[in-house]
Amino acid sequence: MTIQTALHQVHLDGAAKLVDFSGFSLPLHYGSVIDEHQAVRESAGMFDLSHLYIIEAIGHKATHWLRILLSNDVAKLTDGHGLYSCLCREDGGVVDDLLVFRVDEYRYRLYIDAARREKTLAWITAHLTRGVEIVHITNTAVVAVQGPDAVGCAETAIKALGLSLPLADLPRFAARQDGSWFVSRTGYTGEDGVEISLPSHLAAALWQALSALDVKPAGLGARDTLRLEAGFSSYGQDIDERHTPCESGIDSTIDIDDEKRPFVGREVLEDQKMFGGQFFQIGLTLDGPGMLRRGAAVELVGQTIGSITSGSFSPVRGASIGLARVSRKFTGSCDVTVRGRLQPARITSVPFVPHGLARE
Amino acid sequence: MDIPGDLKFAPSHEWVRVEDDGTITIGISGHAQEQLGDLVFVETPEIDHQCEAEEGIAVVESVKAASDIYAPVAGKVTDTNAQLGDSPELVNSDPYGEGWIFKMQPDDLEEVEKLMDPDDYESFAEAAE
Repeated sequence: MTIQTALHQVHLDGAAKLVDFSGFSLPLHYGSVIDEHQAVRESAGMFDLSHLYIIEAIGHKATHWLRILLSNDVAKLTDGHGLYSCLCREDGGVVDDLLVFRVDEYRYRLYIDAARREKTLAWITAHLTRGVEIVHITNTAVVAVQGPDAVGCAETAIKALGLSLPLADLPRFAARQDGSWFVSRTGYTGEDGVEISLPSHLAAALWQALSALDVKPAGLGARDTLRLEAGFSSYGQDIDERHTPCESGIDSTIDIDDEKRPFVGREVLEDQKMFGGQFFQIGLTLDGPGMLRRGAAVELVGQTIGSITSGSFSPVRGASIGLARVSRKFTGSCDVTVRGRLQPARITSVPFVPHGLARE
Repeated sequence: MDIPGDLKFAPSHEWVRVEDDGTITIGISGHAQEQLGDLVFVETPEIDHQCEAEEGIAVVESVKAASDIYAPVAGKVTDTNAQLGDSPELVNSDPYGEGWIFKMQPDDLEEVEKLMDPDDYESFAEAAE
C-alpha cells in the first residue's frame, strides 16, 4: 500500500507514470524525462515533493540542541534563513542530510526525505533534550518550482490563490512564511527556484495555477538527472551510514569554525575536514556510448579503486555522467565497467553543468 | 500507438517486417519504447554478423535501464540504422518507422510467420504489464 499525495488525482489526470518511492506513489515522469529536464533548464518545471516530512524543533534550547545534533552550524543563521546539513553518527557516518530553516531563535523547521524518515525521526527522538519539543507538521504538501522562470511563475501563481508572498527579492536559502505557507529559495536542480510547503487541500489549485503559466510537471526521473548534472549527492546512492560527508561529496556541510561546538561526530569529521577521509568523491564523464550505472567498478591501471555511486545521462552534455567514490587520487582518465566491458571515463569537475550553462 | 498490420512480433518485444526483397527489418515495439522511456543510446549490431534466433545482438539504453535486442530469427545482419547514433530518440518518436534498428537476411523466412500477429502481441504486452 503506497501513500497517495494531495496531488495524486492531478498526476493521474496528467498521465503520469507513477512509481513507489519510499512508500509514496509519485510520478517517475509524465511522458519524457528529457523533455521535463530541459523545461527546468530552459524555463520552469514543478515537482511534487510531498514525500518530504516536515518537523519543527521548538523551545528555548532549540538552537543549542541543533548545534550539537547537526554537522553544519545553525548559529550562522538569522531569522528566515536556512542551510543544508548532515546528521551524523559519532563515527561520522551520515544518518541523513536535510534542510533546516531558522524561523526564530526558538523555532527551527526541518525537511526530512521519505527515504530516511523513520531512521532520522528515531535518531532525533533518541537525542532529544529538555527544552526542545518536536512538532510534526502534517496535512502539508510540498511543491518545488525550478528553472530560470520559476520564481516569477511561483509568485504569480501564489498571488492567483489570494496570497501575497513576494519572492523576487528573496535571497538564496532564505524563506518567507504566510500562515501555513512556507516558501524557500532552495532546490535540488542547480537552477534558481523555490520550494513551497502549503496546506494539502490547496496543492491542486497551486499546481493548476502554475500549469496555467506553462510550468511543466516533472517527475522523479528528471529530478535525478537534474541533481546529478548539478553534482548534488543523493542519500541512498552517494550518501550512506557507512561513509562520512567527506567521503560523500558533501564536506561543505561540516562546520568546524567554532572550536567549542561539540557536535555529534566532531572528532572524526574535524580530522577529515582537514586531511580528507579514506575515500572521496569524483565526477566522471563517459566519452563513448553507454551509461555509467550505480555499482560499476572504477579501475585505475587494472586496479579497482572504487565504484560509481550514481550515474545517468546528462541531456545538456549529451553523454553519460556519474559520481564515484574512490580510494585514490588521480588526474585524467580511469576505466569504468560498462555492460561488462571496461570503457575510458574522464574526471570532470562537479557540477557537471554549472548554473545557467544550459541556456548559453 | 497504432500498430501497422503487416508486422510480426517476438515475445521479447521486437517487431519484424518482411520486405519485398526477402530481407526483414527489426525494431522495438511502441509498448517496449514506452516502458523504457527516453532512449539515449542505441548500440546496433555488426553488419554481416551471422546470428542465432534469440541471440542478443543490439542494445537500447534509456535514462532508466539498458535492454538487449534479440534477433527474432536466425540469419545475417545486412544493414543498421545509422541515424540512431545521433538520434536515438527516433525509437521513441517513431518506433515502427524511422526508429527501425537493423535489417537481416533470414536463414528461413518461414520462421518469421511463426511470430505473433499484432493483435496477439497487443494482448501479450497488456498481460505482461
